[in-house]
Formats: sequence, C-alpha cells, structure tokens
Amino acid sequence: MHGRPRRPAKPEDEEAASAKAAKLRDLQEHVLRNHHSRTYTKEAIGLSFKLLEINPEAYTAWNYRKLAFQHNIKELSDPEAIRSAVDDELRVVEVALRQNPKSYGAWYHRKWLLNQKLSPVDSKREFGLLDKLLKVDARNFHGWNYRRFLARFMGAPDEEELKYTMDKISDNFSNYSAWHNRSILLSNLLIQQRKGFESKQKIFSEEFELVTQALFTDPSDQSGWFYHLWLLAQTSTPDNPQLIASWPCNGTKLSSSLLKEKADQNTHSSIWSHSLKERTVPIVLYFNEPVKGLNQSSLKVKSDLDFGKDIQWMALSTTDSGYSNCWTTYLQIANECSSSQQYSVEVSIPCSDDIVSRSGSNHNSSVHFTFTMELISNDTQDIDLFDKPVAWNCSESLQSHGKCEHIPFDQLKITSALVEEDSNWHFESLSEQIDLFRELSDDNSKFVKLTLARLLLACAATKSRGRSLIERKGYCEEALRYFSDLIHLDPSHKQHYEDERSLVLMDKLTCDMETLMKHCSVSVPLNHVQFCRLSLTRIGFAERLMWVQVLDLSHNSLRSVEGLEALQQLVSLNISNNHISNFTALEPLTKIIFLKALDLSFNEIGVHSIDTTRYICSSPFSHKIQECEAFVECQKKDINVEEYWDAILFFKSLKLAQLDIKGNAVASKENFRTLVMTLIPSLKWLNSECIN
Amino acid sequence: MAEGAELAADQHVRYIVTVEKKKDSFESLVMEHIRLNGAYWGLTTLDLLHKLHAVDAAEVVDWIMSCYHLESGGFGGNVGHDPHVLYTLSAVQVLCLFDRLDVLDVDKVADYVARLQNEDGSFSGDIWGEVDTRFSYIALCTLSLLHRLHKIDMQKAVYFVVSCKNLDGGFGAMPGGESHAGQIFCCVGALAIAGSLHHIDRDLLGWWLCERQCKDGGLNGRPEKLADVCYSWWVLSSLIMIDRVHWIDKKKLTKFILNCQDKENGGISDRPDNAVDIYHTYFGVAGLSLMEYPGVKPMDPAYALPLDVVNRIFLRK
Repeated sequence: MHGRPRRPAKPEDEEAASAKAAKLRDLQEHVLRNHHSRTYTKEAIGLSFKLLEINPEAYTAWNYRKLAFQHNIKELSDPEAIRSAVDDELRVVEVALRQNPKSYGAWYHRKWLLNQKLSPVDSKREFGLLDKLLKVDARNFHGWNYRRFLARFMGAPDEEELKYTMDKISDNFSNYSAWHNRSILLSNLLIQQRKGFESKQKIFSEEFELVTQALFTDPSDQSGWFYHLWLLAQTSTPDNPQLIASWPCNGTKLSSSLLKEKADQNTHSSIWSHSLKERTVPIVLYFNEPVKGLNQSSLKVKSDLDFGKDIQWMALSTTDSGYSNCWTTYLQIANECSSSQQYSVEVSIPCSDDIVSRSGSNHNSSVHFTFTMELISNDTQDIDLFDKPVAWNCSESLQSHGKCEHIPFDQLKITSALVEEDSNWHFESLSEQIDLFRELSDDNSKFVKLTLARLLLACAATKSRGRSLIERKGYCEEALRYFSDLIHLDPSHKQHYEDERSLVLMDKLTCDMETLMKHCSVSVPLNHVQFCRLSLTRIGFAERLMWVQVLDLSHNSLRSVEGLEALQQLVSLNISNNHISNFTALEPLTKIIFLKALDLSFNEIGVHSIDTTRYICSSPFSHKIQECEAFVECQKKDINVEEYWDAILFFKSLKLAQLDIKGNAVASKENFRTLVMTLIPSLKWLNSECIN
Repeated sequence: MAEGAELAADQHVRYIVTVEKKKDSFESLVMEHIRLNGAYWGLTTLDLLHKLHAVDAAEVVDWIMSCYHLESGGFGGNVGHDPHVLYTLSAVQVLCLFDRLDVLDVDKVADYVARLQNEDGSFSGDIWGEVDTRFSYIALCTLSLLHRLHKIDMQKAVYFVVSCKNLDGGFGAMPGGESHAGQIFCCVGALAIAGSLHHIDRDLLGWWLCERQCKDGGLNGRPEKLADVCYSWWVLSSLIMIDRVHWIDKKKLTKFILNCQDKENGGISDRPDNAVDIYHTYFGVAGLSLMEYPGVKPMDPAYALPLDVVNRIFLRK
C-alpha cells in the first residue's frame, strides 16, 4: 500500500499478474480450507508456510500455524523434538520478516512462541536477529518493541540495554528510537535508585553533555532537540507539588459593604466582595501541577464563623480521576449578624501524604494563610449591579482613571511558590546551556531559537521560586524576541509560536505591580482589569488574577478561555472580538458561579463545522454527561438537540443577567433566541435589549 | 484556486465503486484478509462525498454479516477469515453509516470485545493474546457505539493507555513503545471517548504532532520520516481532539493531499505520483474533512465517522 510508483497497466504485465493472482488465490483458499477442517498434516502446514512467505499479512494463516503447532506438539515428549518444532516456527517467522520486517503477525508469532516456554531460548540467536534487523532499519519499532520484550524475558539488566542505546547513538546520532529507549531506561533506573543512578543531578548533567554533543554535531537532526526538551522538563520542575497561589491570600481583608468602603477612602484597606454579600465565599487554591487528595483531613480551615455544613473541596479543571491544578471550596456563611463584625479564617495545608501529584510525589511543605472577612448586617440593601447593561469602555485609557489606589495591591502578594528553592544547580545548569546554545543562534535554526526561549523561561521559573516575580520580566522579554523571530523563520507553525508568545506576555504583564497597575482600574464597587488589543491567543498565569472581578479581554485573538475557571471572583467578562469558535471552548466559564455579565459578541460561533474542543469539554460523546434535563426541555420547545447540544450544555450552567452574542453566526439561527430565553431565566439584557 | 488544486470528487467516487468489484487482482488478493477494513474506508469516503447511495445498502449489510462468527460474536476480515477486533470495529462502523445496528446481536458482539480485556486493563486483538493500544481504541470505540461500555473496566482501560505515554508526550503500542502518530491517534481517541483527555499534556503532545509537518506540507508519522497522506488523518485528528490543530499550516497540508490525487483515474496515493489505493483515498478525504474542505462532510475525530452519524447515535432518543 505504500511507496509504489503510479504506472498504467501494460498488457504483458496483466497476463503475468493474472497468473500470479490465480496462484495466490488457490493457495489462500486451500489454507483456509485446511484451517476450517483442522487439517494439520505436514503437507498442509507446508502450504501455510508458502502463503506466509508471499503474504506475511495473512493473519488467519498465523492462527492456523499456532493451532497446528499446539496440536502436533502434544504428541512430542522428547525435548530435542520439541526444540526442533519450535525452531521450525522461528524459521518461518524469519522468512516472513525478510519479506516484511514490519509484519505484526510475524513478530507476534515469535513472541507467542517464546511465551509458550517449551524450550530454552537461544539468546544469541534472538539478539542476533534483532541486531541484523535494526542495522538495516534502526527505526523499526517492531524490532525495538521485541527487544524490550526480550530483555525483560531474559532478565537482561536495564544498565546493559542502556549501553546498547549508547552504541546505536554513537553509530548515528540521528536515532530517535534509541534516544527514546534511553529515556525509558534512565527513568526506570532513577526511579529504582539502582547503583550509579542515585543522583538525578549527576545523571542529567551527563545526559545534557551527551545530547549537546549530538546537537552540535548535527543541529538539523530532530532527535536530539526532542530529547533535550525532556531533559529540560526533568530538571526544571520541582520534584514535589507546591501551592503557588490562593485567593484570598494571606492578609486579605474582605468586606461585604459598599458604604463602609466609601467612608474609608483614606485608610482604605478592604476589598468589596460581592460573594460575601451573598454569604458564599470561594477559597481557591492553585498548585503548580495537578494534584488530588484535598479533603477535610488533608487541609484545615479554622474560623469562628459558622460554615453551616462540611467543607468540600472541588476540582475546577475538568477531571475524572480527581487531579486538578485548581481547587475550590465555597464557604457557606450561616452567621446572623446584628451590626458589623470581623472574622478571621485560617487555612492550613500541612505536609500530607494524601495530597499527591500524578507522579505520586506528595505535598511536602507546610503552608498556611489567614484572611479576614467583615460582615455587615444591612449589606443586602445594595445596588443592583445590573439595572443597566454593563458598558465596556475599552477605548478609554485606564491610566487616566487614577483610581488604582482602591485596589489594595499590597494584599495581592503576587509571588510564585510559597516555598523557596534550595538548589542552585538548576539555575547554573540552565545558564550554562544558554551560553552554549547562543553560540549556535546565528545559524537561524528554529530549534536553536525555540530551545533558547525554553531555557530562558525555565530560568525565570527557577529564579522566582519562593521569591518575588519581578526578575521574570527580563527573561520574558528576551523569550518574546525569540518567539517573534520564530514566527518569521517557521511560518507553518506560526500559531504555535503565537500561543507560546501569549503565555509569556501574560507572564510579563502580571509579574510585577508596576506593569499590572497599568491595566487595572476600579469601576466601583468592582475592580477591573483590561488586557485588550494585545494579540493574545490564550490565557496564562490565571493564578495571579484570582482576585479580579471584572475582566476585559476584548479585541484579542483568543481561541480558548482555559485558565479562567480559577477566577472565582469574576462577575463580568468581556471576550468580544476574539476567535472563539464553539460553545464547548467556553466550558471553563461554567465553573465561575458568580458570573453575571458575558459579552461574546463578534466571535466565530456557528461558522465552523469542526469542533476542536468537542472532547475537551464534558459531553455525551465522552460519557461525561448521561441524562440531561435541559435536552428534554428544549426538545419540547422544538429546539433541535442534535444541532444545539453544545449551546444547551453551556447556557444551562450559567445564571447570567446580561448576555451579548451578536456578530456570531449562531445568534441569527432559527430558535436560538428561544433557546437562550428557555435556559437562562435570570437573563435581563440580551444584546443590550431589555427582556421582560 | 490554482490549477489542479481541486478535489476530484466524482473520480474518487467512481474509483471506489469500481475497485470494490475488482477482487481478483494480485494487489486485491494480498489484501483480501482486510476487505472489511476496505469496506469501511470506501463507504465512509462515499458518505463524506455525499454519495453513500451509490451502493446497495442491503447488499453491503448482507456481505458484512457473512463475515460474522456466530460462535464468538466477532467479525473476520473477509468471509472465512478468523474473527479479530480490527474487523469487528469496521463492521460496526459500516453498520452505523447505514443506521443498521439493528441487524446485530449487540450484546453478543459487545461480549466478544469485552472478553478480550486483560487484567492490566489492556485489550488483546483476538484469542491469541497480542496486546497493542490499537486494540484499546478499537474496544472503546466499538463498545461506545454499541452503548455497552459498562461491560469493561473503563478505569483500568484508561490506566493502561496512560501507561503507554512516553516522555515526549506521545504514545506507543505498548508501555515503552516509541511514539508513533498511528498509536497516538488510538490512545488520544481512546482517552477522548473515555472522557479522559486531561491525562495528556496537550502542549507537549501538540508540539510533537505539529512538528510532523514536513517542508512539502505533508505530515509524517514520527521524526525524520517521509510525509504520507495517511498521517493527514492520524496526526490531524489527534491535533483536533487536543485542540492544537491551529499549530499546523492547513493550507499547505490541503495542497499536499490534493497533489496526491490521481485526477484521471480517481483515488489518492501516499505520496504524489505513487499508486493509489482505497486506504489513502479515505485518509486523504478524511483529512480534508477535518480541515472543513467545501463539499466534504465534517467528521468526528474520535469515532472516525461523519459527524451527523455520531450525533445521531448519541443524541437521538
């Protein structure tokens, strides 16, 4: 099926081909007949050999041979005879592999034979066969799979197999299969802490040297660059999961009253919390990697407040196995309060065997923070935030507002891990590599520039662990320059680099107060952040924005809103004039329980027939949604569920007061307005029109 | 549009319909054992080109059922060939195209597949025990289409697939197996159907996959290999399922696929100017479908069937 040139059939060819075909047809028919009649004579078996020699893909013939083998071996008791019978089969496999070294049927037949354990394995013969085949094609993954099987079967130590990968790599650096096997073996040896493999630092230093040699010898071969990326990930991520942000954070003062806020304009110190007014306060915990095991025993929430019921921690990222970066609990405040009272809440996360990451490492540092909440008894008589539709004044420069002092930035404490990084080795190793690769950067190789950008970002992460984030800015700026270069150097992958660039840009914008303040204001009583017209394609570092109540991301190139689920304080969101192409892409917004105003206008919903987030969100196709009442409700109103299932699942989860959706093809479709009205009873404003 | 840069849909339809009848060439005989797969490739392509009615549905269904093994509940690649999950999935998929799942003893077929799950969550292809992540995908896809996923241990199935995840973010045929686009499609598809895509580092895998695009615009299956039209499906559908398809250049890929057509005789080949076959014709058209090429029905990237077929199976009560 592969690699045959296109040629018109010639008459001479046709006659010969016809004869050849007739022979094959007879052979196949005969073998199948013998199979169905369970004929296992020497002659019959011989025919199957003839067939497999021509066509090793005739899988039923391999099955037949196994049955014949089992049938005939029963008669044998002499170990020599048995060994001879096994040898015959092994030889058939070798002949078949000569015809097609990638035949699944042939390789499996050999594995099956060895697993019968009827005679001792000739180790030399087996490894010899592999050597031969891998010399002809060093990338034959069937061969490598068989080699891994054989090594385990024969009890060959990983250290020896590691040497073999070294041999293959020394022969030819361009051997992705060998580098891959090396990565598997090294990981195992390190996990098992075998002799000579106790120190990650030592092993990875050696591997960096090895791969750097390869890269300098032949920078155009890809294998080394992929291997390097793996080494980098191994050395720049902390071994154990860490808490990197929370909201509220240590020292936050929340208040549920506006009046109090207006009065205290000079000694202003508390943040107005709409959720506190509604007596539900989210506490959000953000880890550097997905973890599970957050529950009442693994972390403690202490307060004089009466929380009404048990504290449950919920994962905010989509998950079915319980792991998530971002966790929340909703404190239900049951206290009655006569005038005004301050309460403090202390959250403690001790070292815990329960809280673990996917690799099994546990949370091994102790963290705690305390925040206060001020409850006012008459706070329910507040203004209705949505008696008019929210106006988004994107064109106004925020700096002219001068109201930034109303945001208590001192309370935001934007830092990364609350735990300091001890070893300097990481940082030194990264700096060394940056110097090395800078030597190659004039060659205009995209891999060099991409690797340099990654190294710089790894430096940023390593340097800022446990300390302020401001040092990240310099690294981010340099990385941004490399991504701009890459967009020109490698235009096919432009949108990949744009995504990377967006993440770095968000890092830069939020890593220090000075920059962040330029994008903030207060539209009383809510704080307001604006990141417009920045060509953002995706959101990053949302853990630094968990305090934000109004967010304007309009006029960007966003395809995704992943990350926004962490913004539990968000009341209004503007993502108009972006590139959102499906409702399924907006699933993170369904986790923001206080979201009341959403502007989706001028996106691309309804234009695309292919949904690229269909399986990322919860849907009936991935079995995350079983029965859905909303489907039934909509069917009753003649709304086509097959057409609108994604819109239905999205809107039924939101309690919006305001929705803008004009400028999307879906909004002008039949029945769409009915769908929205049916599913969002709380809606007051649709496309700036009042609904009654 | 540039000269030649068009989909020769009519020619491909004609090719598929005629190749179905040519059973006696050497090339066909050598593939005789996978005829059921060929039926799926040909018929799905016809449906994607809005021409499923070009074949006689009843005839097709009868032939499919002649590959059925009453004793085991599985399907063989052709009449008289042993049952295997590879062909069982194709049979179920073709019956879905025609909305004729009613001809099946659904529980019998589902049990055939479910019985092949092993202790560690993996699946064997048949009673002989070969394990491969291809079979994990096949099992989950088949059972999901038949609404019988409860017959297997889903968690174990997912954990086995995840154990085949490599350090480059990709997946191999078994634990430790090198990342390969075909195996990646199977693992990503299996995890998608099981609602477990969060096990994947989508940025890491997305980068590995987008680097499959070669200078000629085509996609290869792993580093340092040649582009091949079939990877237009394996790589593309994987990228779509993890929402990273915007990381490749779709225009260039479209051009590559169109250049692999035999516009005179119909059919698509693995590379420009090579011999065409049904397999590559399907994957070329499927790739175009995933890129929203006009005139081609959209496909579901996980179930590898037209979107309207999948929506009907899961949403119609």
